[in-house]
Amino acid sequence: MIAGLFRFNGGVKPETHKNESADTPIRTAPLPARLLVPLRQSARTTARCIVEPGQKVLKGERIGEPDDALSTAVHAPTSGTVIGIELHTMAHASGLGTRCVIIEPDGEDRWIEPRPGDLSGAPREEQLAWLRDCGVVGLGGATFPSHIKVGRGTGIDTLVLNGAECEPWITCDDRLMRERADSILAGAVLLKSLVGAQRIVVGIEDNKPEAIAAMEQAAGALDADIRITAIPAIYPAGGEKQLIRVLTGIEIPHGKLGGDFGVQCFNVGTAHAVHRAIVHGEPLISRVVTLTGNVAEAGNVEALIGTPIADLLEQAGPREDTDRILLGGPMMGFEMPQGDVPLAKGSNCVIACSPALFPPPPPEMNCIRCGACARACPADLQPFELYWFSRAKNFGKAQEYHLFDCIECGCCAYVCPSHIRLVDYYRFSKSEIWARERDKAAADAARDRFEFRNERQEREKREKAERLAAKAAATKAKLAESAQAGSGDKGGDGEAKPAADDAKAALIAAALERAKQQKAQVQAKNTDNLSPAQAAQVDAAEARRNGATDAEAAPDTPKEAPEQN
Amino acid sequence: MLSSPFVRKPASVQQVMLTVLVALLPAVALYVWQFGPGIVANLLIASIAAVAGEAFVLWLRGKPVAIYVTDLSAVVTGWLIALTFPTIIPAWILVLATLLAIIAVKHLYGGLGQNPFNPAMAAFCLMIVAYPSAMSQWPPAGWTDLGTHLHLIFGGSLDAVTGATPLDALRTGLRGSATVHSVRTGEAFGLFGGRGWEWIGIGYVLGGLFMLWRRVITWHLPTAFLVAMAIIAALFWGYDPARFASPLFHLASGGTLLAAFFIVTDPVSGATTPRGKLIFATGVAVLAYLIRNFGAYPDGIAFAVLLMNVCVPLIDMKTQPPVFGHKGQ
Ligand code: SF4
Ligand code: SF4
Repeated sequence: MIAGLFRFNGGVKPETHKNESADTPIRTAPLPARLLVPLRQSARTTARCIVEPGQKVLKGERIGEPDDALSTAVHAPTSGTVIGIELHTMAHASGLGTRCVIIEPDGEDRWIEPRPGDLSGAPREEQLAWLRDCGVVGLGGATFPSHIKVGRGTGIDTLVLNGAECEPWITCDDRLMRERADSILAGAVLLKSLVGAQRIVVGIEDNKPEAIAAMEQAAGALDADIRITAIPAIYPAGGEKQLIRVLTGIEIPHGKLGGDFGVQCFNVGTAHAVHRAIVHGEPLISRVVTLTGNVAEAGNVEALIGTPIADLLEQAGPREDTDRILLGGPMMGFEMPQGDVPLAKGSNCVIACSPALFPPPPPEMNCIRCGACARACPADLQPFELYWFSRAKNFGKAQEYHLFDCIECGCCAYVCPSHIRLVDYYRFSKSEIWARERDKAAADAARDRFEFRNERQEREKREKAERLAAKAAATKAKLAESAQAGSGDKGGDGEAKPAADDAKAALIAAALERAKQQKAQVQAKNTDNLSPAQAAQVDAAEARRNGATDAEAAPDTPKEAPEQN
Repeated sequence: MLSSPFVRKPASVQQVMLTVLVALLPAVALYVWQFGPGIVANLLIASIAAVAGEAFVLWLRGKPVAIYVTDLSAVVTGWLIALTFPTIIPAWILVLATLLAIIAVKHLYGGLGQNPFNPAMAAFCLMIVAYPSAMSQWPPAGWTDLGTHLHLIFGGSLDAVTGATPLDALRTGLRGSATVHSVRTGEAFGLFGGRGWEWIGIGYVLGGLFMLWRRVITWHLPTAFLVAMAIIAALFWGYDPARFASPLFHLASGGTLLAAFFIVTDPVSGATTPRGKLIFATGVAVLAYLIRNFGAYPDGIAFAVLLMNVCVPLIDMKTQPPVFGHKGQ
């Protein structure tokens, strides 16, 4: 049972800047001129497009089908016409393109009919399938499909609801909890039964008293074991593993999931989406997103997935000197890739930057081994050692020092007095290691293919030899037979014995032939199957070698021979 | 395109170093009170030498001179050298020591952050080996006349001066078969340490607490250092109080308190993991005590620090703290 709170080491307390956007109610963003709905909603999978340009779609109509286990459906966020399906830069640090369905809204915002009723009483499988078909994914950022995350439905004791929202500037979950606590908790209760948990624990950072009060009130009205817990506002308390640690004392190692330890964690926004999907039959076509930073009117809007971020930001009135746009918070977010990108399910915050608000980092200095980074690291790493190994491209050592336990929270870089962009070094190392592993896997596969081919060729040769031998034996037998026939005895009786002898002889001959073949292969494998030109080269080389005039040239040519076909 | 995090704490190496300098001020003030303003002259000389040497090497190495010189790390090294050397040391020795510390010990190894040895301590060791007599002339407490100080610093004769540190006096006395008690009645000694030095020690403690509060150092190093020093001194003292001074004397004498808060805490050349810090500081204390009592030099801290510097990579490697989620594995 939970007894009080636990703590994780490290963490930092950056200026929160939450008041700027937290005080006004969620507004609904107006319909943009065009929506670019990404078919890829997470890093993992892409939905299969089922609409064509020119097609009319209704709000909530499916436009992308899930086509593998990890995939979820994608829906039209409003009614309108599909005017294209194109590659478009997506809301991801990589700046990579993804296929988007471009919809021109007709302004009617007409829902698809009929909409299913309340599924909250339906069997578990049906509910899970429905979540997938509604495109429900985690809204905390990682956009992992919720129907997968609820798992087997056994072995989970505690459902943790993540309302920590520890990144500076972001307030979408705060507003959602203040305004829609009932729906969030109703969704949490549904999730609780889906994961088979006994109880619900909601973690909210203690700098959101209104949200805590609203959630407590909503919990009081429900007949379920729900505990609303205020947790200390230390970034990254909202990291899944950190939150689980604070609330339950369990430390989930890298590579393990909460489910392995009887805890499963969902974002409050996800719980809200689950409620909308299961009780109201609504697919996930919008989300609350914070618009803040260097803007005239910061706040939160409920915006359709696929709305161009620039259109959204216009709502808040970005100031003249805005130089960049951040997606996500300043600790873990990323700069909007070149060009405009559409709002994705995992986009929780848009921050307009100005040089005054987010000054460029001072130049990097040498690490003075002050250890400030290690004291700030919530993963209990020694960031300066990782930095050192990464810089020296000593990736093996970096891995030994648990590089892959780094959650890239940025605490270390935040505190470093030498202004070292530590996280960049880790990203570099990680990508190098991945690249090397990919290369190695590719090389392994190539070697396997090569060996397999060699083996196949030898087998084919062997089989051919055996066939030949068998044929030779058969011919011999036939000859013997005709010889016997020539001696006048056409009867069947005398045939049996010589035939048996012949068969034996043939077998011996075949075996001898095989042995010869094998010997030939062993000895002259390199010079099999040569083209005439190569054979000539080999001969020339051989001649040279025999003449001992040029000993070096000889080995070069035949070496390439096996690759010829 | 920059990547996260986009915000950072307004912290800088310069601030860290400035905090260290500020933390040294109480001790410097007490120093002036007890031993006269000569120390200020030394601090100035060492600072100038350090900054000039630093700027020169940075220029040679093609580094941005302005950025690195203003990080104040060279000044900290200069101050530590001035504070560990006798106040009446000839200026050229001080300058030579500082330049050696900056150029050879720090920059030949790659500059700030990459030097395996504590520059101030390395300079101290080099000088005490090279100029043992100059390095062992200390002005007695109350010897506060700036004119005499300057005269000696800038080339005056050393003959006029008598003086040894209490540790030195104790050593010499004990070698001459006196007991701790009889030696300690001598005039170099005060209440529980060297006369005058006790006050300065208080200054170092205040500065250390300030740095702890500012989170420039952690508790591990000073605590382990002082506790280890007290324990080993107590063991020998318990064994033979006539031949070994009390733990309190060892804590209050020589460079113990300066070392506890300002020398073993040098992050660059010291251990960095929490357990590693405990081991490192304990090692320095034990070695320093042994050298003080059985070695050839009156205060062994500088040698002890260098010896332990050598062990730092090993200590750090063997004391990596468990990572989140890997505890108990
Ligand atoms: S905070 Fe920066 S300077 Fe300090 S140890 Fe870490 S990386 Fe080095
Ligand atoms: S980014 Fe990685 S190394 Fe840095 S504090 Fe976070 S977890 Fe630790």
